Amino acid sequence: MKHTQDSEWTTVIKPRNSLFEVNLKEIWQYRDLISLFIKRNIITQYKQTILGPVWFVIQPALTVIMYMIVFGGIAGIPTDGVPRPLFYLAGTCMWQYFADCLNKTSNTFVNNAGIFGKVYFPRLSVPIADVLSGLLRFGIQFGFFVIIYIVYAFVGGSGAHFTWYALLFPVLVAMLAGLALGFGTIISAMTTKYRDLQVLFSFIVQLWMYATPIVYPLSQTNGMFWNGIAVHTLMCLNPVTPIIETFKYGFLGCGAFVGWRWLIYSFVFMVLLLTAGVVVFNRVQKSFMDTV
Amino acid sequence: MATAIEFNNISKQYRLGLVSTRTLSADLSRWWAMNVRHQEDPYLKIGSVNDRATSADSEFVWALRNIDFKVEQGDVIGIIGKNGAGKSTLLKLLSKVTAPTTGTIKARGRIASLLEVGTGFHPEMTGRENIYLNGAILGMTKSEITRKLDEIVDFAGVERYIDTPTKRYSSGMTVRLGFAIAAHLDPEILVVDEVLAVGDAEFQKKAIGKMQEVSQGEGRTVLFVSHNMGSVRNLCKNGIVLKDGMIDYVGTANDAVDFYMQMDAYDEVVSREITPQYRKPDMLLNVEFLSVAFEKGKNSFASEEPIDFTIEVKGNKDVDSFRINTTVYGMDDIPIGGVSNTTFFSIKRGEVKRLRFSLLQHHLAYGTYKVAFSVGSGNYTSGQKDYDIIRDVLTFKIVSAFVDETAGTSISQWKSSWGKIMIPSETVII
Repeated sequence: MKHTQDSEWTTVIKPRNSLFEVNLKEIWQYRDLISLFIKRNIITQYKQTILGPVWFVIQPALTVIMYMIVFGGIAGIPTDGVPRPLFYLAGTCMWQYFADCLNKTSNTFVNNAGIFGKVYFPRLSVPIADVLSGLLRFGIQFGFFVIIYIVYAFVGGSGAHFTWYALLFPVLVAMLAGLALGFGTIISAMTTKYRDLQVLFSFIVQLWMYATPIVYPLSQTNGMFWNGIAVHTLMCLNPVTPIIETFKYGFLGCGAFVGWRWLIYSFVFMVLLLTAGVVVFNRVQKSFMDTV
Repeated sequence: MATAIEFNNISKQYRLGLVSTRTLSADLSRWWAMNVRHQEDPYLKIGSVNDRATSADSEFVWALRNIDFKVEQGDVIGIIGKNGAGKSTLLKLLSKVTAPTTGTIKARGRIASLLEVGTGFHPEMTGRENIYLNGAILGMTKSEITRKLDEIVDFAGVERYIDTPTKRYSSGMTVRLGFAIAAHLDPEILVVDEVLAVGDAEFQKKAIGKMQEVSQGEGRTVLFVSHNMGSVRNLCKNGIVLKDGMIDYVGTANDAVDFYMQMDAYDEVVSREITPQYRKPDMLLNVEFLSVAFEKGKNSFASEEPIDFTIEVKGNKDVDSFRINTTVYGMDDIPIGGVSNTTFFSIKRGEVKRLRFSLLQHHLAYGTYKVAFSVGSGNYTSGQKDYDIIRDVLTFKIVSAFVDETAGTSISQWKSSWGKIMIPSETVII
């Protein structure tokens, strides 16, 4: 029909979209798919295991015991006067969530090449579902942390005390999720072409933990300088540091609050990174099947 | 009728060889040319036609080139072509799995593609859970799936196993479930890639029935890619033949299939020396074929015209009596008819005999055919023995099929849906 208007077409497939043409509305239309992906991730993770979700608790518990022996016992690193199990558990819970999300989202294209090659759906729904389904595990681990916390509170003399900064908790988790999603999508877009990044990246995540105050308090770096720059400042440039520190300060009251300045820096970092991640991801998803 | 899909000058380029599509330097020079100097993409100028058999003279290859066509709403269009002709690439573009290099595709309505059934099935999850997951992947909402759940389970015939993990399913059950979900998608445009080649005969019938129902009853548009010419003829109204990434033929499904069938197999050869490639292996060869030829030196005939073959046979042993058979095949390898001669010959060891073999009053209709010959002895009571069988040796055309007596002219018009034989008949007033 000659009088057909372009606006009547519901689908237009073009070689390349403009850089910022991210179809968020489409992702919303596929929200049912995201919820089903979350369900799948949760159901299948511990199918045919005896202990099931108990593993969520065993993992951090063993990690904390390990840290107590290595970093607390052998290396003798202080924990700002907070009982070691609480200190390590707080850091481990938060970090594990971040690292988990990062590892999963950074392999999105490679792990899902089979489905992506056959059907179209908004590819971002996969990493989004990964980040959201990680929340269940994080929730259970956080609950475990709260139980230990209460036990210490009753026994008394823990030295840990609650501050109002703990109310930032949901924001902190959202920031971790945003950072992980942003980094993960960028890495996943790059690994479609250069597969060695996958190996490099899983290694970097391991090292990254030591650049973040998980097994030591940030206050340890007070008064230390590197080429005339305060190490404290360098540490805080790592966007994960302010988040972890605020969490610890809020729940354990240890050390000092990093300051709103750093927290806002971290937040802005997260927003920019997430935007960049989504744009790059969106760009790659159109033709990644030819490269993967 | 409105246009459902419009392909505007679609091309898709792939890079041969290396794993990664482009090197960093190619990426950079392309970026420089396009964004800084505002030129056309330099890599689109090069690239060779996608013919797998010839060696490539360029690093880039066009899987599809300048594809331009429209599909009407409610049409069922079959896309046929050899492996590597670009069929799957076309469907991939349409289902948004990958993007075209140039051109645009415009479509009206929801597109559902069935490049594979059961995509995203997780073996640990139950049939019910997988129906929801797979349905959502294909673009359905939860409430839509819930509404159709019973229908899907019923269609797939897996009611008893619906709460069992799909890893316990037989492969046939998995595929049936996958197809059932896809069949209940209700998209405006359905893209199907050979999924009918699955399941048992009963299920295939059901699947074909469902596709026909979808296209005829509900006016949906279907694009169907298959190597099964029978199902293309049965299901499709129109057909497109792709060759080396370009459109070679557009027409009705029957014509497209006929065109495709004749594309390569037909040749103008009028005489053939028999080499082992034409011969069925492991024959006794007491008598063997040396050559076959059309006696008149041409390979196109009128439908009433006898077809004479000159056949050379050689005896490797003394054989008292042998006869020659022939079978005429359509280009789709379906046998049309054959003859078993009642005349017997004898041959001595080392002797070469030339025979004329004629097909009289064959009544073959307008079209293209190929012939196979066999030489053997014996009969139905004593047991038949073939000494030599040769296939696909010669092809021929029947050019005039229909004689209009009143006009006194032959009209070469025959629809393939009428069959391959013109049955002699007469109609008189009694």
